[in-house]
Amino acid sequence: MIVETGHYALVLALALALVNSILPAWGAASGDRRLMAVAPSASIAIFGLIGYAFFALTYAHVVSDFSLVNVVENSHSAKPLIYKISGVWGNHEGSMLLWVLVLSLFGAAVALFSGSMPQDLRANVLAVQSWIGSAFLLFILLTSNPFARLGAPPLEGNDLNPLLQDPGLAIHPPLLYLGYVGLSITYSFAAAALITGRIDAVFARFVRPWTLVAWICLTLGIAMGSYWAYYTLGWGGFWFWDPVENASLMPWLAATALLHCAAVMEKREALKIWTIFLAILAFSLSLLGTFLVRSGVLTSVHAFASDPTRGVFILAILVTFIGGSLALFALRAGGLKQGGLFAPISREGALVINNLLLTTCCATVLVGTLYPLALEALTGDKISVGAPFFNMTFAPLFVPLFVLMPIGQNLAWKRGDLIGAAQRVAVAFGAGVVCALAIAAWRGGPVVSVLLSGLAVYVIVGSFADLGRRVFASSANVGTVVSRALGVPRQALGTAFAHAGLGVTLLGLAATGWGAEKILVMKPGGRVAIGAYELALDSLFSRAGPNYTEIVGKTIVSADGRVKAVIEPATRFYPARRMSRTDAGIATLGLGQVYVSIADPGENGAVSARIFWKPLVALIWIGALIMAFGGGLSLSDRSFRIGVARRARKVAALPQPAE
Amino acid sequence: MSSLRAIVALLFMLAPLAAMAVEPDEIMSDARLEARARALSAELRCMVCQNESIDESHAELARDLRLLVRERLQAGDSDAQIRAFLVQRYGDFILLKPPFKLSTWLLWGGPFLAFLGGAAAIVFFARRRPSLPSSVPLSARERARLESLLADEDRPLDPR
Repeated sequence: MIVETGHYALVLALALALVNSILPAWGAASGDRRLMAVAPSASIAIFGLIGYAFFALTYAHVVSDFSLVNVVENSHSAKPLIYKISGVWGNHEGSMLLWVLVLSLFGAAVALFSGSMPQDLRANVLAVQSWIGSAFLLFILLTSNPFARLGAPPLEGNDLNPLLQDPGLAIHPPLLYLGYVGLSITYSFAAAALITGRIDAVFARFVRPWTLVAWICLTLGIAMGSYWAYYTLGWGGFWFWDPVENASLMPWLAATALLHCAAVMEKREALKIWTIFLAILAFSLSLLGTFLVRSGVLTSVHAFASDPTRGVFILAILVTFIGGSLALFALRAGGLKQGGLFAPISREGALVINNLLLTTCCATVLVGTLYPLALEALTGDKISVGAPFFNMTFAPLFVPLFVLMPIGQNLAWKRGDLIGAAQRVAVAFGAGVVCALAIAAWRGGPVVSVLLSGLAVYVIVGSFADLGRRVFASSANVGTVVSRALGVPRQALGTAFAHAGLGVTLLGLAATGWGAEKILVMKPGGRVAIGAYELALDSLFSRAGPNYTEIVGKTIVSADGRVKAVIEPATRFYPARRMSRTDAGIATLGLGQVYVSIADPGENGAVSARIFWKPLVALIWIGALIMAFGGGLSLSDRSFRIGVARRARKVAALPQPAE
Repeated sequence: MSSLRAIVALLFMLAPLAAMAVEPDEIMSDARLEARARALSAELRCMVCQNESIDESHAELARDLRLLVRERLQAGDSDAQIRAFLVQRYGDFILLKPPFKLSTWLLWGGPFLAFLGGAAAIVFFARRRPSLPSSVPLSARERARLESLLADEDRPLDPR
């Protein structure tokens, strides 16, 4: 019964979304305030209904209701509760339901928190959000119904893919969806701004916090996914340039570019057309990602061609929304008035370069991801575009970005002084050089790693150069310094942290060059040295989990005769699907990690093991956390508090900032 | 071909034992050859996996290919010879870094075209928009007006 009410709620949500697609927009066009007032309450109600549908599906999974096709195909009564819940979105139908849930969540959030927005703009934003919602609800109900029942329910389900039975599944998809479906709101803002003709700094001010929320979630989601892959795939890689990963990286790059140019639009009313375009682009890439992942086109172009219902439906949604918004854009963009002027060498100019590089990165990923599909569809030739291609094309774009980042931060708005900015980052540059030299002398190793760590240190120090200079300027009175430090706007602090986070990630990437790897056969009692550590395989034993059996290789990690950690790498076998997966044993020691993964033991009681020492590897993900923290700091800046008029604030004798 | 791949994929999924990517018994005694083998394997695609190199893949086919690569290395083939041999056998699909040729020029040129196109667009728009007004020196008339305004500054404003 609960399942049926959930299904009904979903249909009701579609009906309400259709109503909400039309009435507020009509009201905004005709100036009818009553019709516009429909939008907020309808948006909240849509969220409530989809939320209920989602609850109903979760309930069916939790109680293992095997009369549902979706539960039979993806669940098992012996599966632990957390995977019963996360299994809801570990499949096509459920993940689409999560998709629309997040979409409606953002609609409801705008309805609740953007009361101070111009009413017609808000009505149009929510209407556009409902257009997207209607399209995807229709998609779910027509092609991917999670509530489909079975006439003759089986006694047991097929279980979830073992690779997905992991805490990663509980966190990664929801975060990722909050990120890239969250970008729908910037799309809706752009479309609404084009419709109402309100394309100004006010628009940028309202759209920026939402973009920032989506960006933070996307950053965390991607980092989480990368760590998940790192510990389950068993060979220590953390980024694969897989089309599915690229599908989330492209919106991230576009959203990052958008955040930067929206800052220009908000402060200087410049780059308006470009900001709107990026807002459309970011969500278009999210839609493209959804198409790539959900249509099956990635597995094989032929598989897609043989059962195209879902793919064609999403493709139609994609074409409608991207094409529609671009048409609207073409119609309106020409009439936009030119905004603030700026010299080529200025903060704005630097942000233009930033956008050029980021969008080129994005185009590179896009071409690399779609090219094999297009080529196969057009000529039948099969090629592979993998990590070596992306590493080769991505690095020349990202390195200049890192080099220019601190310089751009130190340029003044409107008209900057390049030599002055270069002088301000001289300390950071010096720190980078000293660090690279020190590493080269002390540790040696691959030249690329040495240079990249120097670059990373330069970025980290350079991110704080401007703030440091302002806080510690001239008078070295402790009280003044403290009050200045407290007076630093959180937005500036957030920027510094986010940039530094990128530097920290780069440092982690650079350090992979100093890693060590050993592949060997071990018997219990065997020892092996790696990095500064000694590993001893203590014992091999089998153990039964709730829905799997595993063989564990208890390994003791020690240094200088003292035990540092005990890890339990394992291989697990899931009888329901007759599939196995490895579970790496990871000991985090300082910022580095000892990583062990084992295969099934042979008859002689020996086991193949793959052992890594990965110095500073944790920095890769810590960097992402710092980036997200920076985003959060920025978000908490009072200028972002929507609806609170910005009050002039007195800052204790802050010297003229370089912005 | 596709049905064969499906069967291979299915067999792999049914295989109850967890294999490893590079297994200890594959490793060559000559460390330099082994390093070359690893570098080569990282650029070769496991044909039955999704976007995994044979160096990373657990699949049986990937193991066969790894052994094949090592066999050729042992026989004294150069990296280029081994690549050419594999391409002849499996097509360009096996290379994770696609070769530069007529059908892939847009792939390799894409990033450069995007960058150059973007840069050209920026230059074009920057030229079209007026430069900063402050960089234009005042004309004689403006200077005269400015001076009269400055001279007026001490006088009281019009009561309005």
